[in-house]
Amino acid sequence: MTMAANLTDLTLAEARDGLVARRFSAIELTDAHVAAVEAGRPLNAFITETPDAARAAAAESDRRIAAGEARPLEGLPLAIKDLFCTAGVPTTAGSHILDGFKPPYESTVTANLWQAGAVMLGKVNLDEFAMGSSNMTSYHGPVENPWRRRGDNRPLTPGGSSGGSAAAVAARMALGATGTDTGGSIRQPAAFCGIVGIKPTYGRCSRWGIVAFASSLDQAGPMARTVRDAAILLREMAGHDPKDSTSVALPVPDFEKTLDQGVKGLRIGIPKEYRIAGTPPEIEALWQQGIAWLKDAGAEPVEVSLPHARFALPTYYIIAPAEASSNLARYDGVRFGLRVPGQTLDEMYENTRAAGFGAEVRRRVLIGTYVLSAGYYDAYYLKAQRVRARIVEDFRNAFEKVDAILTPATPSAAFGLDDKQDDPIAMYLNDVFTVTANLAGLPGLSVPGGLSAEGLPLGLQVLGRAFDEETVLRVGRQIEKAAGFTAKPAMAGGAA
Amino acid sequence: MSLIAGRTGDWEVVIGLEVHAQVVSNSKLFSGAATEFGAEPNTQVSFVDAGMPGMLPVINGVCVRQAVLTGLGLNAEINLVSVFDRKNYFYADLPAGYQISQFTRPIVGKGTIVLDLPGGATREVGITRLHLEQDAGKSLHDQHPTKSFIDLNRSGVALMEIVSEPDMRTSEEAGAYLKKLRSILRYLGTCDGNMEEGSMRCDCNVSVRRPGGELGTRCEIKNVNSIRFVMLAIEYEARRQIEIIEDGGTIRQETRLFDSGRGETRSMRSKEDAHDYRYFPDPDLLPLVLSPEFVAEIKAGMPELPDPKKARFVAEYGLSPYDAGVLVGEQENAAFFEAVARGRDAKLAANWVTGDFFGFLNKSGRPIAEAPVSAEALGGLIDLIRDGTISGRLAKEVFEAMWETGKPAAAIVEERGLRQVSDTGAIEASIDGVMAANADKVAEYRSGKDKLFGFFVGQVMKATQGKANPALVNEILKRKLAG
Repeated sequence: MTMAANLTDLTLAEARDGLVARRFSAIELTDAHVAAVEAGRPLNAFITETPDAARAAAAESDRRIAAGEARPLEGLPLAIKDLFCTAGVPTTAGSHILDGFKPPYESTVTANLWQAGAVMLGKVNLDEFAMGSSNMTSYHGPVENPWRRRGDNRPLTPGGSSGGSAAAVAARMALGATGTDTGGSIRQPAAFCGIVGIKPTYGRCSRWGIVAFASSLDQAGPMARTVRDAAILLREMAGHDPKDSTSVALPVPDFEKTLDQGVKGLRIGIPKEYRIAGTPPEIEALWQQGIAWLKDAGAEPVEVSLPHARFALPTYYIIAPAEASSNLARYDGVRFGLRVPGQTLDEMYENTRAAGFGAEVRRRVLIGTYVLSAGYYDAYYLKAQRVRARIVEDFRNAFEKVDAILTPATPSAAFGLDDKQDDPIAMYLNDVFTVTANLAGLPGLSVPGGLSAEGLPLGLQVLGRAFDEETVLRVGRQIEKAAGFTAKPAMAGGAA
Repeated sequence: MSLIAGRTGDWEVVIGLEVHAQVVSNSKLFSGAATEFGAEPNTQVSFVDAGMPGMLPVINGVCVRQAVLTGLGLNAEINLVSVFDRKNYFYADLPAGYQISQFTRPIVGKGTIVLDLPGGATREVGITRLHLEQDAGKSLHDQHPTKSFIDLNRSGVALMEIVSEPDMRTSEEAGAYLKKLRSILRYLGTCDGNMEEGSMRCDCNVSVRRPGGELGTRCEIKNVNSIRFVMLAIEYEARRQIEIIEDGGTIRQETRLFDSGRGETRSMRSKEDAHDYRYFPDPDLLPLVLSPEFVAEIKAGMPELPDPKKARFVAEYGLSPYDAGVLVGEQENAAFFEAVARGRDAKLAANWVTGDFFGFLNKSGRPIAEAPVSAEALGGLIDLIRDGTISGRLAKEVFEAMWETGKPAAAIVEERGLRQVSDTGAIEASIDGVMAANADKVAEYRSGKDKLFGFFVGQVMKATQGKANPALVNEILKRKLAG
């Protein structure tokens, strides 16, 4: 193995320690990843590559390391979901409508990362406006999952919407990545690509500077190859931001510190409503395996009930489009991005938005507009808000009895890029296990548990109490240890 | 009650007003951008105000404080929990595609306002609610043959929408309502009330009915920008509706515009074309929760408002309700009066303030703070009248000189030698001189033509350049003429 491949195969924690120990330089580390990004172009994970800025940042990191001024993420190359506004770097949200948009400001989360010394490799692909579970709705084309079914070279989805992030991390193009999760957009692609992803508690990370999809559900989080790496990144991404009224003024714990405290004595909830008919037996088997691993490590599995969980998906598909229909009104051709002229203002709006938005975004804007309309508001939006309150209550009750909840992350392994395209409802079912955490605002982590019969990664999901990411990460770490997941995708380090 | 006589009988007009009052604050409702009036276009715009991707609103505490203060000034309920909603519609000067407003749960609930009507009468009008919302930007349609220009300086500026109950019955009452509301807002310092600059705008809801009958269908006249226009618009609209009904027609609920050039209202859009605003709670903002202590602290710091001040002026200074009403209309005027009246004859002070002083002030068009005669200086003049140094007649001349030169009254009296002569010897000498020079008139007077007394007074005053104490002149002249 070459030195470059060695460097891209390191975990983020290993790379951090290697830099501080001067086993290699930040420039070497960044160059190795820049090369991997180039080699990995067939996966279409990146929309914008920023190698020059990455090298400049790495040079500064080397200077700081030499001066003994290394910051927590000094010199560590990351991929940034193209939903985060990055100053002077095109930000597309995977949409045609943001053509040419270069934000004059930096999102709080990415600013925090650069403040901590991290290096940006570029902006990664996503479903348009984060609406999708396959990365197929991106204006910039679908991302390919670096994994392949055993003996089958047909391309698979990396999941979505943070598919570019997941593919980049799994394929060793980046040590870690940012994602956002509105209904499962971190956890589902993490599961499909065999990596770790955590959606923290709503309010843990600032939403300022992240292109909004559904404001009451959106939350940024890290994606990485190990639970430790995710913990390290989350600590730097998180924190109170006075510019986001929904961000919470709580101290951010040192998640890495408590990571290895084990699960002895923890009560792990197993929600009976998550046994959904039609779930493949290997998903069910993995879930049982996860329960056994935690039990072996001294945790106590407890059956819990989340009676309203079965309404979560329809509730989500009312609230999220409702908020999106309003959030996306600003893409009107007036001030930035695409403008398609018309004879009147209304015609310009219609031309611009028809050309600028893809089919899925248009569908959700229509659904959202409908459910907020006079005469339908009570029956849809208001009712959905009431159900949401019941779901929150369900979790509150459950967490009186247990410390964390274990479920499968997804109802299937990654599917083919050509599957499911015609049926939006089938696509929406991808979120069935993940949306509840968004509706309740709770932290959720996806961690690889094993491989499917076809050789594709499968993930387990750990849910926790609000602002108790520490326990979620501890449980995730225990599963990670027990699973010993070492399988690598077919395409890694750019080497197919 | 004032009714309008139609062809078929009397009609009663029912009026409710919605006032948009721009909140006095240095920065906007949800951003740190400045709010100063008259800046170059698009120089006071933050990324939030421009609806840039990923930008989030953060409530400006000053605006919340101002809304609560206004609510307290309107004797209204303060809602400790209120919610910001999005009002969704597309327009080029609405960057986010929605306006953040308060729909179902406003920050201020029911209150009252007391109107001062001609003749000293008063009438109470209910306030339905007050809520906070953002202003939109401004579209300029006359800058380019085919394009519209957008100025976002106003985008995001905080407004209080103050909604009245349909309690008014005449255009005069509507005018009195706006004057009183503006007075209260200015006292509180929560809105400058400047309708010309658009910091106070009014929507008028007008309907007509048979006296005491069922409410008629209303029309809303949007964005009227002066009190006079509000009154004209209401009068025109009431007449229009009466004519339609008396001609056998029915009133269509619609939004209308007031054309101040033609003095008429015109249809803008009907109810059927009304927007569906798809209001829903803004997920970027948490409900606004106020503590009772916060409200109590604001209440404790409230200034004395026009109504209690007027009552106090009547009780404490013995002013007529009319004079008191004139003086309390503007806080600065009331304060000026009180400074003049302190330790002096309050009625004389009120006469001078509302008379000569306001006369000169209005003519100059200057604000009271820039008047060349200060309250202290006017007080000095009144002191000179009271102690007999100058006569009331000369005082007017002195005041005019004070206004022109900015000098104190005493200095002008000295400079111009206007001091009143109360030296009986000097006055007697003048009278003797006048009588000697007009011996024929003295003889006529003594033979019964006592109307000539005025002539002698005039001659004496002329001889003393008006400085002789008039009372003494009268007294001595009477005695001497009597022989």
